[in-house]
Amino acid sequence: MGFVNLAAFPADGADVPSLEVRGLAYAYPDGHQALFGVDLTVERGRRVALLGPNGAGKTTLVLHLNGILTPGAGSVTVAGLPVARPNLAEIRRRVGIVFQDPDDQLFMPTVQEDVAFGPAAAGLRGAELRERVEEALERVGMAQHAHRAPHHLSFGQRRRVAVATVLASRPEILVLDEPSSNLDPAARRELADLLRALDLTVLMVTHDLPYALELCPRSVVLADGVLVADGITQELLSDPELMRAHRLELPFGFDPRSVTAPVAQRPRAT
Amino acid sequence: MGAGHAHKLYKDVRSPVHALPAHCKLAAVFCFVVLVVVTPREAVWAFGAYALLLAAVAAASRVPPRHWLTRMAIEVPFVAFAVLLPFVAEGERITVLGMSLSEPGLWGAWNVLAKGTLGVAASVLLASTTGLNALLLGLARLRMPPLLCQIATFMVRYADVISDEMRRMRTARVSRGFEARGPRHWAVLAKSAGSLFIRSYERGERVHLAMLSRGYTGTMPPALGDGPAARAQWARSAALPLAALAICVTGWAS
Amino acid sequence: MHVPDGFIDAPVSAGTGVLAAVAVAASLRGARRELGGGLGEAGERTAPLAGLVAAFIFAVQMLNFPVAAGTSGHLLGGALAAILVGPCTGVLCVSVVLLLQGVLFADGGLTALGTNITDMGVVTVLVAYGLFRALLRVLPRRRSAVTVASFVAALVSVPAAAVAFTALYALGGTSDVSLGKVVAAMVGVHVLIGVGEAVITAATVGAVVAVRPDLVYAARDRLSVRLELRPSPLASTDAGTTAPAQEPATAPTDALEGSPARELESAPAQEPAKVPAPRRSARPLWLAGLAATVVCAGGLSFYASASPDGLEKVAADNGIDEKAEDHAAEDSPLADYGVKDIANTRLSGGLAGVIGAGATLAVGSGVFVVVRRRRGADGGASAAAPQPADAPAER
Repeated sequence: MGFVNLAAFPADGADVPSLEVRGLAYAYPDGHQALFGVDLTVERGRRVALLGPNGAGKTTLVLHLNGILTPGAGSVTVAGLPVARPNLAEIRRRVGIVFQDPDDQLFMPTVQEDVAFGPAAAGLRGAELRERVEEALERVGMAQHAHRAPHHLSFGQRRRVAVATVLASRPEILVLDEPSSNLDPAARRELADLLRALDLTVLMVTHDLPYALELCPRSVVLADGVLVADGITQELLSDPELMRAHRLELPFGFDPRSVTAPVAQRPRAT
Repeated sequence: MGAGHAHKLYKDVRSPVHALPAHCKLAAVFCFVVLVVVTPREAVWAFGAYALLLAAVAAASRVPPRHWLTRMAIEVPFVAFAVLLPFVAEGERITVLGMSLSEPGLWGAWNVLAKGTLGVAASVLLASTTGLNALLLGLARLRMPPLLCQIATFMVRYADVISDEMRRMRTARVSRGFEARGPRHWAVLAKSAGSLFIRSYERGERVHLAMLSRGYTGTMPPALGDGPAARAQWARSAALPLAALAICVTGWAS
Repeated sequence: MHVPDGFIDAPVSAGTGVLAAVAVAASLRGARRELGGGLGEAGERTAPLAGLVAAFIFAVQMLNFPVAAGTSGHLLGGALAAILVGPCTGVLCVSVVLLLQGVLFADGGLTALGTNITDMGVVTVLVAYGLFRALLRVLPRRRSAVTVASFVAALVSVPAAAVAFTALYALGGTSDVSLGKVVAAMVGVHVLIGVGEAVITAATVGAVVAVRPDLVYAARDRLSVRLELRPSPLASTDAGTTAPAQEPATAPTDALEGSPARELESAPAQEPAKVPAPRRSARPLWLAGLAATVVCAGGLSFYASASPDGLEKVAADNGIDEKAEDHAAEDSPLADYGVKDIANTRLSGGLAGVIGAGATLAVGSGVFVVVRRRRGADGGASAAAPQPADAPAER
């Protein structure tokens, strides 16, 4: 179901990674430095988990991916297009960020209008806009709720609508901030099924390690503003020293070695 | 955040008044109020006629009278000034019910009260029949400068965030046994004002970032608002100010 | 202080309408610079800040005190707007609030919108901002200086608006209320309101400066950050791009856009070299000016001492102490800032003197700032100017 991205100006071949971060450093205006030189490449069509303790700089990194924060040093490239001021509109279409709290993300009176917001901002209207909205809602299984108010939906439904709001812009990469937080187990599983079915490039920021193992063959660990590990999720989670050093903890009784990890997407050696 | 559409003033029913585009209604209300204001205060009957016009619109809007009558309580401070006016104003004094009142003051009070009440009633009707989002898009369509529209849009969104955060902070304070009594507690309250501001900003900022991430560039995509108004809709909206114009002209002539 | 319809006569209403339109148009131009333009960090972030300030003003203006002669008195919020988002955006914030109040709540007449914008928007914002900038130059460069300056700026801005209102009333008032009564009621009550305004403004600005200094327009030029690069344990695979350990690297100029705060990072070396000289030479001048205005204010406070009994009468007549509580709208976010004790505070002649001094200083410093900025821009030593990075915002 991958979309052919006609707007990409560098050759749209499979060899251009969806996301390329180089030497990214950033300090907040109050002087607190959050990133100290991050390098990360995500190949097209892969799902990668971004792990790390609270305060490691994960959200700061995410906000650089679509140019909301401006790098103090380093660069970010999305499918060959550098994140820079003249490209911001296109970058924000390509990078679909689903924020942690769907109530922050959904602000229009109805689900349908909310999903239409992104493509409408990009200039779509009329039948084409309706088609986009229907398609996005269809993909997250929320088409029958199109006319409801977002705050009348359940939390899990709201998160799926939040995913639809960015899918409607046909993004190159889907960035999810804590997608499984506050979901009941059934909603959690439904979201996992949905993400697997999407077949998009995904960067998933999460504390939910079993969820990372279930969905993302590859994981990177961010700690104190630098990447400290990058590898096959199952191997990282099975490394007790690494886990302890970076405040990563598995749920009680969970053994990552006993799980058959998905093998469809083995990352290249890094 | 779910703001901007579930406002307390708005009454969600279907009616011909609700169906009119927001910018038509805005223009109609503005013209109506201007006409009311320029009507001479001595033409007492004209204000009764204006009130009847508004009552007719209210009936057509199917907003329960209770809803908009209670919303008019916002006018209470106004009434207080109007009542004071005959006591403090200068000029000839007349005696009413044993009280010495200023005659120009009485006229002034009537002036403020009648025009103020009609203005409030018209505004409340507008707000009851038009969602806030529609109202903001309507202002944009009436060529309000985009920056002002943007500030107004955020203001409306933040109003909900602020009252929400305020409620949470008050709950937290009260749960710890704090209640504001007199200036001794002003320091605490002033400090909460500061943190209220930051909390509201940071929560609102997250919403804003989510909007930016989806391509928001400072204006609501026009595809999401009312389309340009049909001539028939303009004509229907113009009924109120045209009737008011007739009353106003008659008021000056008499 | 919202002027209702029909309170000011038509010629003066029209005149203030034109004045307000010009002020808003000029502010729109200026705000584009303050807000940093369209896409990019600075512009995108300050627009919602302006909205929040507007919402805040809306909230504080709900605290209504009845005042004689057909108007209300309440906190104004112009000082907060000017300090947090800059004078031009501040005028826009207050104007938006007044417009929506007029359209939605009929608070302030639609035909009196120009009068209200002139009085509560333009006058408060200009007085507060001028005074604030002037005080920042005189006071030591500490964070507390921002709080103190915002306290004084807010304190003075409210009675200044009351004076402006009285002037408009003198020009075109329609009610037969004597000017003396209006002055006593408006200025007297608004000195008291100014105290409340000052407390809330100072607390808000103080808290924001402490936690998010980047959000305070007037304090933005105090920020400068150096970036540090740390090696990743994974660096062996990608050694070329990472800097050596712990070596501080000066942040390069923003690739995307120049927000005022970040622009300074690229010029930390110039700032200490150029800025202190003019600042040190200017401070004695400012102190002398402040002293002079305080001395002049003696006359004003003498005048002010003639009216306290009028104020007390107004306060008692209108029952401010009992009624204020009722009018504080139940849903107002600030509803529990108990205002019932405000009438217990006594207006002292000295306070009026300080306000007179402040108003004079504000006007004087406004002229001074304009002149100085122009000279600074010509001479190239403009590092101390409040908007160091407007160039990238212009297209």
